[in-house]
Amino acid sequence: MEQRADPTTAEVWAWLSAIEDPEIPAISIVDLGIVRDVAWGETNAGTECVVTVTPTYSGCPATSAIARSIVEALQGHGITRIKLETRMAPPWTTDWMSAAGKEKLKAQGIAPPASQRIPVSAIRRSAWLSPRSECPRCKSPNTELISQFGSTPCKALYRCQECREPFDYFKSH
Amino acid sequence: MPEYKFDYVLRLADNALILGQRLTQWLGKGPALEEDMALANVALDLIGQARMWFSYAGELENAGRDEDQLAFLRDAHGFRNLLLVEQPNGNYADTIVRQFFFDTYHCLLLQALTRSNDQRIAEISEKAVKEVAYHARRSTDLVVRLGDGTPLSREKTQTAVDGLWMYTGEMFEPDEIDQVMAAQGIIADTAHLRSAWLTQVSEVLHEATLTMPSPDAWMQKGGKQGRHGENLGYILAEMQFLQRAYPGARW
Repeated sequence: MEQRADPTTAEVWAWLSAIEDPEIPAISIVDLGIVRDVAWGETNAGTECVVTVTPTYSGCPATSAIARSIVEALQGHGITRIKLETRMAPPWTTDWMSAAGKEKLKAQGIAPPASQRIPVSAIRRSAWLSPRSECPRCKSPNTELISQFGSTPCKALYRCQECREPFDYFKSH
Repeated sequence: MPEYKFDYVLRLADNALILGQRLTQWLGKGPALEEDMALANVALDLIGQARMWFSYAGELENAGRDEDQLAFLRDAHGFRNLLLVEQPNGNYADTIVRQFFFDTYHCLLLQALTRSNDQRIAEISEKAVKEVAYHARRSTDLVVRLGDGTPLSREKTQTAVDGLWMYTGEMFEPDEIDQVMAAQGIIADTAHLRSAWLTQVSEVLHEATLTMPSPDAWMQKGGKQGRHGENLGYILAEMQFLQRAYPGARW
């Protein structure tokens, strides 16, 4: 029986780009920077598609849902042998989020992360000036932090001083 | 000595698990919606970190125990968490001060562990420290708000500081396991951790208009060696019930 040619890794990337993040459906897992690598590997039973992912937060409940949706999506495109690899280091950072992803977040009313990693060595309180996030609704820079934690671990809760609306800020990580 | 490393990693795992479990007891009962969500998020981070440490501990032990077996099938004397993290939630000042003491320690410790010569310990710490930095910011801000708040909040926060202080000495008192791990370059020396912790805590308590108890006060110890107070038993009874009643039950 003639074997159908394997799809290119570019095609696989495109399919993965259509998978929504389970907690923030506005943005895909590729936009978020969770998918780190796509490659074809050889096994005794034939080629397999190896997808390398780096999880976001340690306790993120979406991690297993994301793994499942990757497998289901690729199976839906006819790939039978799929291997998911988890890469721990370097740890996931919001610096990996795509520019398109940040625009999609804004459109959903979520302020995107500032392009800076969290300064983990800044244990002194004065060193923690929270980034002032622009209001995703009225664009005012006049906003204030309400809580370091919002509706999910990756977001903080802010309030706009101009339009008075609260909004989520996707934290730099 | 691989069993020393197993014991050491188990301490990291148990601290994260027990404090995470404690925080989940607040869910639905937080004093404000934002606080309720923040506690849930911190608990989630800690339990996620505990899973990574348990997985590694299971590999080090190489006796076929996985993360679930280590979490759900050990008795209190097998747990290696600090006494601090098993202390009851009490009022909100008790919870926040416990968190502040632990977060400050946790953040400093993980920063040091990112330089471990054990690659897995360094990688897990690298990931966890980013989360813990946010925990530390939050609990620090709240200690200042509660301490420098109303007379009642100040009184309750000072009482919490005084009551929990005797559980902080254990963090910096090295035993044989800590010493062997430090000598092998797997963990950082705990002496500098103590001075960094005291500096940070004294600055924050000062800003919060609170009085810091003496660093030389008498301290409780024993959690790291498996000698716990009665509180841990109640936590485990709740947390382990399902696996004890229905061994091997899975979702």
